Amino acid sequence: MLELVIISALNGVLYGLLLFLMASGLTVVFSMLGVLNFAHAGFYMLGAFFGFQISKWFGFWWALLLAPIIVGLIGAAVERFALRDIHRSGHVAELLFTFGLAYVIEEVVQIVWGKDPVDYRGPPSLDFPAFSIFSTNYPSYKVFMFAISVAIFVALLIVIKRSRIGLVVQASLTHPQMVAHLGHNVGLVFTLVFGVGIGLAALAGVIAGPILQTQSNMAASLIALLFVIIVVGGLGSLAGAFVASLLIGLIQTFAVSLDGSLASLFGPLSPDAPQFLIRNIWTVTIAQVAPIIPYALLILVLILRPMGLFGTRET
Amino acid sequence: MIPAIEVRAVNKSFGNVEIIRNLNLRIEKGERHAVIGPNGAGKSTTFNLISGYLAPTSGDVLLNGQVVSGLPPFEINRRGLSRSFQLTNVFARMTVWDNVRCAVLWASGQRYAFWKSMDDLQDVNERTIRILEDIHLAARRDVIAGLLPYAEQRALEIGITVAGGSDVIILDEPTAGMSRAETDRAMALIKRLTEERTLVIVEHDMNVVFGLADRISVLVYGEIIASGTPAEIRNDPRVKEAYLGQEAVDA
Amino acid sequence: MTELVSSAPMSRAVPGARLRFYAAWGMVAVLLAAFPSIFTSASSLTTFSLVGTAIIFALSYNILLGQTGLLSFGHAVYYGIGAFFAVHTMNLIPQYGLPVPLPLVPLIGGVAGLLLAILTGWISTRRAGTVFSMISLGVAELAVALALILTDFFGGEDGISTNRTKLPAWFGWHFGPQVQVYYLVAFWVFVSALAMYALTRTPLGKICNAVRDNPERVQFVGYDPHIVRYLAFCFAGLFAGIAGALAAISFESANFTDLGWVKSGAVIFSTYIGGTSIFAGPIVGAIFFVYLSLSLSDYTSVWQLYFGLLFILVVRYAPGGIGGTLLMHRMPFRVGGLGRILRTYAIAAVPTLMLVGGFVLAVETIVHHTVNANEDPRIKAFGVSFDASSPMTWIVAGLLMLIGYFVGRLTWRGVTRAWDDARTIASERGIPS
Repeated sequence: MLELVIISALNGVLYGLLLFLMASGLTVVFSMLGVLNFAHAGFYMLGAFFGFQISKWFGFWWALLLAPIIVGLIGAAVERFALRDIHRSGHVAELLFTFGLAYVIEEVVQIVWGKDPVDYRGPPSLDFPAFSIFSTNYPSYKVFMFAISVAIFVALLIVIKRSRIGLVVQASLTHPQMVAHLGHNVGLVFTLVFGVGIGLAALAGVIAGPILQTQSNMAASLIALLFVIIVVGGLGSLAGAFVASLLIGLIQTFAVSLDGSLASLFGPLSPDAPQFLIRNIWTVTIAQVAPIIPYALLILVLILRPMGLFGTRET
Repeated sequence: MIPAIEVRAVNKSFGNVEIIRNLNLRIEKGERHAVIGPNGAGKSTTFNLISGYLAPTSGDVLLNGQVVSGLPPFEINRRGLSRSFQLTNVFARMTVWDNVRCAVLWASGQRYAFWKSMDDLQDVNERTIRILEDIHLAARRDVIAGLLPYAEQRALEIGITVAGGSDVIILDEPTAGMSRAETDRAMALIKRLTEERTLVIVEHDMNVVFGLADRISVLVYGEIIASGTPAEIRNDPRVKEAYLGQEAVDA
Repeated sequence: MTELVSSAPMSRAVPGARLRFYAAWGMVAVLLAAFPSIFTSASSLTTFSLVGTAIIFALSYNILLGQTGLLSFGHAVYYGIGAFFAVHTMNLIPQYGLPVPLPLVPLIGGVAGLLLAILTGWISTRRAGTVFSMISLGVAELAVALALILTDFFGGEDGISTNRTKLPAWFGWHFGPQVQVYYLVAFWVFVSALAMYALTRTPLGKICNAVRDNPERVQFVGYDPHIVRYLAFCFAGLFAGIAGALAAISFESANFTDLGWVKSGAVIFSTYIGGTSIFAGPIVGAIFFVYLSLSLSDYTSVWQLYFGLLFILVVRYAPGGIGGTLLMHRMPFRVGGLGRILRTYAIAAVPTLMLVGGFVLAVETIVHHTVNANEDPRIKAFGVSFDASSPMTWIVAGLLMLIGYFVGRLTWRGVTRAWDDARTIASERGIPS
């Protein structure tokens, strides 16, 4: 039991860090540019597939370097040549555009790499157990993922706290309407922030691809989860996004590893009891309920604390 | 007599910044009251506090003797207060006709009705026609509001504000950005439309202020420093000091 | 803004306007009634059932998107719940010998959609804009996940099936023949479309438009935008439920994918491409979408990609959709500049088609190499045969795109100039654009 708890906690935190790599870019772009990028998870997927392709040709380490840069550049181009013009048509048009983009990315990935999962593996040099807990070997690739995520997190923190652009980002998080008054260079800052946000998502894709499945449907369900994270964390709050990412990462991981159901707790449903639907609820395992938990959490937060856990603005 | 608007010891801060400090204001029924003051004095914030757009940090706002601070704007509007905006704030994709009709609907008791046709609402349509004639936009009724020239959008803004028949009308810089001739027309319009109602107005144009107002309050750095008739304000030494270097008072 | 294309706004009690209103809807009724005599084949009647369902669904979606300015990513939830309630009702009626005929079943679906919307709407509509969109997606994910757990009701991956002919007959009709189903669908399309059109002309309908344009100002004319959005949301749920029930009647089954994101995406695409700013826009969009999804798949294996790209182009270059773009030409028509604009279109069309042709050629070639790499390289797309392995194909595609792009840029400038001139004339004569 203790073994399960420790392993699940490790995996949960790791998953949470990956989620934060994506959610941080999404929430910063949303606060600064006012654009909710529906295609954000699509770029994560592109990162994974580019990572797969590049590591097939040149090896994993090149993929780790190149894929986020290429995808980030694509993202910057999307901001510069499409989103900026659509901005004039309003938020609905922007959101629809990124929605269409997400759809197109998925189609393109399906055409190029097919619908089945691709065989994306981490570098052979990391293919050994790092340490063992009780009887479980913890793979060193996961330790490496930890290191990358934490390094990015620290780098992000330093950039935001110390650099000029970081100050602009900070200001825009708390006072989104202020960004418009920042002067003539603001266009470049927007493109940069958008590109870096996309690049971070792609990086998450490159490192997550080998352990999660790299498949053309990996984006569709993820974007809803990211929306949950930024709403639950509180719009415009990076700290909130961080906590919500970890929370959801942990909840999901723990729930998936639990087999308990009402039936296992109270014994099988008596044959006299009403069967329709009750039977479903009685026998469903916590693992099966796992996909629901984040959305239930979303609704709970919206009812009890509409500004999110760490938000200052009401959602 | 119960005043139309009474502001009692209202404070408003954003974070650590105090925008409004111990604001007290009493506006009698039927009075035309102008609020003036240098830029950044908190005039728009005062309006936002009275109309329910913002809630005060402390203190009370009373409308016709009832506390309304803390209520949402639509509740305050239903109790008889209507406001305009400094930046034109119309229903941009709807026609002029529908803009005014929407402003009349609640006051005509239609609420959220989904079982009646708008075209059969004689009362609403007649009131709308009257308002459109009042603001000289009857000929422009089928134009999309967002495509109107600026001065006409300002007129529509005032039309929407008065359409519901509220007793208390508050106008936030209604003549901002207008030419001299347009300003004069707008002033005549405001005078006519707010007869027998209470009017509160924020204005930079001193011609408009002294031409319209029965009483004037001067707001400087979030505090009322003087309140009185136009003549009293003109001669008040504190006002002169606050406006020192500005030709406004001489005008 | 929301009038039917053919009928002018009845803002005054003009008898002519009222007459036009009845004439337009009377014509729709006659057309619907005459359709089976013109298109007699069962397959075209089946296609109509698809189209009719899609029309109601798209119109219901436009109550949110076009009328109230709410972009929902989960509208299919209400469609799907309507479908499932309809299927269960159709199974229960013969089982308990209830005297309910099939034509009333869509009402059950509608009520189911409405009740669910009443339940989920209050929280979702507290805020408009992006937050609403995010929550709608969350609710949709929740619904799909729940549907896969509650297998007694949703039938798991297989769904639930039914038999519409087992219900009590309706004046001798058992709804076995396709033409009887057609009339059932046509009736509900007519009634729902008319009801939704009428809704746009009511106080609530107008205030929905006002909330879409300026929720802040609405508060200062006495309305609570939250309640307005909530009511619009409930109506959208009601009609989506009717659409779902009609689909369930046509297919005699319901599946969890009816609630899912593909269905929600389809209604966003069709509504937006049709045009959200006029009432008939979603109707055009629904017909267009169903037609394309049925026919494009015969021409190319990657039609979804083209459809997605088309959607992006519409958002980028024609935000009014088909309906709005057509309507935009009223202004040049009035000032007499339409002929010139159409001529510039004709000129611009040539390089634009070259660009599109080159692009399609390139895409189809890539598709051949990635998807069907082991098959015969002489492939056919959109009726044109070419050899995907020949370098000529790449050269042709490249040239078409290059020439198309650069010549196209020049010719589209002509289009812009023609429009600018028309606008200048219009503003001089005081004609609103």
